[in-house]
Amino acid sequence: MLTFTIRRLILAIPTLLFISLVIFLLLQLAPGDPMAQVPLTVPPEVKEKMREALGLGEPLHIQYIKWLRQFFWVEPLNLLDTWFGTEFAWHWVPVDSSISESRLAVLAEEGRLRDTAEGQEYWSPELRVISWQTRSPVMEIVAQRIPQTLWVVGVAYIVGILIALPIGIYSAYRQYSWFDNAGTLVTMIGFSVPPFFSGVLVIVIFSVQLNWFPSIYDTTLVVDDWESFKRQINQMFLPVMVLALQITSQISRFMRASMLDNLNQDYVRTARAKGMRERVVVMTHVLRNSMIPVVTVIALGIPSIFGGAIITEQVFKVNGIGQLLITAIQANDLPMVQTLTFIFAVLIVLFNLIADVLYGILDPRIRYD
Amino acid sequence: MTDATHSDDISKAEPARNQWWDVWDQFKTHRGAMVGLIVFVTIVFGVFFGPFIWTADPQAIPPVVDMIKTRDFRPIYTVLWDSGAKVSWANPLGTDNLARDNLARLMYGGRVSIAVGLVAMVLSIVLGALIGVLAGYFKKLDGPLMRLTDLFLALPLLPLILVASLLFREPLANTFGVEGGIFVLIVALIGVTSWMQTARIVRGDVLALKEREFVLAAKSIGTPNRRMITRHILPNVMSPIMVSATLGIAAAIITESALSFLGFGFPPDFPTWGRLLNDSVDRMVSYPERVIWPGTLISLTVLSVNYMGDGLRDALDPRIRGR
Repeated sequence: MLTFTIRRLILAIPTLLFISLVIFLLLQLAPGDPMAQVPLTVPPEVKEKMREALGLGEPLHIQYIKWLRQFFWVEPLNLLDTWFGTEFAWHWVPVDSSISESRLAVLAEEGRLRDTAEGQEYWSPELRVISWQTRSPVMEIVAQRIPQTLWVVGVAYIVGILIALPIGIYSAYRQYSWFDNAGTLVTMIGFSVPPFFSGVLVIVIFSVQLNWFPSIYDTTLVVDDWESFKRQINQMFLPVMVLALQITSQISRFMRASMLDNLNQDYVRTARAKGMRERVVVMTHVLRNSMIPVVTVIALGIPSIFGGAIITEQVFKVNGIGQLLITAIQANDLPMVQTLTFIFAVLIVLFNLIADVLYGILDPRIRYD
Repeated sequence: MTDATHSDDISKAEPARNQWWDVWDQFKTHRGAMVGLIVFVTIVFGVFFGPFIWTADPQAIPPVVDMIKTRDFRPIYTVLWDSGAKVSWANPLGTDNLARDNLARLMYGGRVSIAVGLVAMVLSIVLGALIGVLAGYFKKLDGPLMRLTDLFLALPLLPLILVASLLFREPLANTFGVEGGIFVLIVALIGVTSWMQTARIVRGDVLALKEREFVLAAKSIGTPNRRMITRHILPNVMSPIMVSATLGIAAAIITESALSFLGFGFPPDFPTWGRLLNDSVDRMVSYPERVIWPGTLISLTVLSVNYMGDGLRDALDPRIRGR
């Protein structure tokens, strides 16, 4: 199992490199120019300087390697720095004319200036992936947005799974009963009604007509007491409902199919013949075996939590990751789009791997080595 | 003697029947699938032939004075509970804020949405079947093609579709015209990002078929690869291809509507169901029907197609058929 895991981990590296290249090249084709909004009065040579500062104008492969280095080396170091207050992501930079005298004086006072054979150097943080919209590091913005997405989409995922499993189990156990048929209809509807319609529909019903829940998610709400917690639950209700319907319909279908596969197996008859109670047969023997594919499906769905339900976030104005991606695409903010898309890709590859390994652990018949 | 009676039996037996008749018989017994088929055919007919009966122009905006008078009509059934509502028989489903007829817009929007769904499905099925058959049939291509499939499955598709729909908008609009360019763009994007499941299923089936005796027999009489694939392999993998084709229509319609809803699809004055829904969301409190009609039509179409896929899967499964 361990060798299999390691082999898969190593195989994931070229996959990720290829995906990063695809994303990078696709975005390099973008017609947008980050200098488009700079006033025309700015002289061309200054514009050229700004371009260089953004890392443009270099050959493609250099830009690509720089981006990879920023993503895989500088950003993790920065994460360590913010956690532990260290200075891993800092390095010595030769002093040039862009640094003013007063800044040099401050640097010298802080002990961040040194003389070498080539001249003076100063200690400064490495360039991070900078958003063109806000001129602040992309990762900081992502870190600000992640909690909202995790709250809404993560809760919806858990709620969806908790509803889906019993439904799936019972509809398989009583196949073709009225419960099963109703469940099939509801899951079909969950598959077919797109979130941008079901979201709008529940807003019209529950927030406009009945006025039970707010239609807009208020991200400035700070949960610090019971009252605000209730408000948080209240505003999460609608988006969670819409998302959970979709998740439930997918997972309960899987659960049902998987239970049906197992219920006709010989070992079930044996268990019954031994005189075991029906409850034990279904809940212990059949359920445990049916959970194997379902667990992997659940694992495969986790990247979509982080990916943010782009459409649902848009409908309920949750300013999570998905909404960040949309605004970044509209504003032509290439570094942001590049980083976000690549984060999604990393998560997909990672959870594919986890699902494969889980399958091997849960089902001893499937060992890949 | 025995031979004679034997042939007698055969001649008395039913005439040879195409296997698709069996499939149809099985399909008919699936109630959901039949209802789905009827609903889908009705929607497709209504959308494609409706505009010949209801000839209102979905894009025409009347002159200003008329526009102010005739805009924002409510659907005719609103009178049932609100006798003061602004309705007119000339516009059974009302008009939008620029006095364009909602019924005509729904029909034209449906044309585009369903056309996108069908064409994108064909593209994705052709790609998927091609890659699946090539990977399953030629051992040398199997590795690289399946790696490619895995790579595509690991791509975050919706973000990439969104990005690409902005990138290639201009160049395609220049070659095919604004609407044509975006149609080509969206169809291509959906097709290129949805062939992977088909390819995997088809490859699996082809691998199993290759071991069967009839393939060996065909090979032993020297059938060239090309004819082998078209005559022996492809007809036998039609079932999974047809099922993924049906489900592909549903997925394509949803993706197109989602793109239009997010504002990355067709241009604003060009009606598609997703676009109509998106445009009406801001005023859905006063005019809920403008959200509900396109949304219901999308959902109904997708629901009926999904049920059809379900029935087709059962009908094409020879283990279930005839039970």
